[in-house]
Amino acid sequence: MAWNLDSGRPIYAQIIERVQLDIITGHYQPGDKLPSVRDLAAEASVNPNTMQKALSELERSGLIYSQRTSGRFITEDQELIRKMKSQLAAMQVRDFIRKMKQLGVTAQEMTQLISDIMREEET
Amino acid sequence: MNELVTCENLTKCFGNRPALSDLNFSLERGKIIGLLGPNGSGKTTLLKLINGLLVPTKGEVRIDGNLPGVETRKIISYLPDKMFLGNWMHVRDLIEYYADFFSDFDRSRATAMLESLQISPDDRLKTMSKGTKEKVQLILTMSRRASLYCLDEPIAGVDPAARDYILSTILNNYDENATILISTHLIADVENILDEVLFLRDGQLKLQASVEDIRTHQGTSVDALFREVFKC
Repeated sequence: MAWNLDSGRPIYAQIIERVQLDIITGHYQPGDKLPSVRDLAAEASVNPNTMQKALSELERSGLIYSQRTSGRFITEDQELIRKMKSQLAAMQVRDFIRKMKQLGVTAQEMTQLISDIMREEET
Repeated sequence: MNELVTCENLTKCFGNRPALSDLNFSLERGKIIGLLGPNGSGKTTLLKLINGLLVPTKGEVRIDGNLPGVETRKIISYLPDKMFLGNWMHVRDLIEYYADFFSDFDRSRATAMLESLQISPDDRLKTMSKGTKEKVQLILTMSRRASLYCLDEPIAGVDPAARDYILSTILNNYDENATILISTHLIADVENILDEVLFLRDGQLKLQASVEDIRTHQGTSVDALFREVFKC
């Protein structure tokens, strides 16, 4: 099944996000070997050159590393993964706050809403 | 040399009417390129010129440095926009036919694809639906190990599920030094697999750009850009 990609944003950026998420959620474990560019491209239904570009970008950020002959692997640097996780979480929160402000919800109401809804979810 | 196809002042007139005028562009190896444009913009004419089915009125097109001819036919696998195979032929005859004609034809690849699309070697073209015929032709075309694939409207009559299969087959099978030139109107279906697009309008090159550049700079998909540029 092709990956779900938005039509208006660069594809490589969306691939990067997807792989980051797969690392955080544990779909890829630290030290795991990634499938080949070609296999990943086929899985995502994207152009192999685009997949290549996304993986190079991830390599630059240190999240994956390549071993010349044996392929690409997920970093074993747990600290780096934690850092990326908090970055992504912060991004989501900023997005949330922006939307709440659009709705005219104040900071106080926001925290109240969050704790209310979390309590609801728990029961 | 990384350029596989180069056009210089390529012009084709039918009578007084220019179908293509003064095209200048080149296509690199290892790319999947979408040839896009409204009806009658010259897409099929361009593909026919590349394949030597038409002769330019002016200018030239070279493939791997050669003018269209025997040498270029060896390295181009072409899927025309019309049915070009005998209706009376069975799938197994077609495989023999292709194997006979083209030394780069990979029989096992063709057989595997036919099997996944549940097309039996005993089927006869005459008894097939339009979509199935298209699938057979596309499979034959993609089963050659060519340097350039020219696909003229390859997925128009094919159902969406088979379309996905065909696109993934294209991705899985093409060699990284090969270039695929696809003319199509189904932009949204193919744009994720394209490197680059060529927009043709009234026989002229309107745009040559990479898909990622379009998305980065315009913030829209190629499909949306096409609808904007060619708005009627």
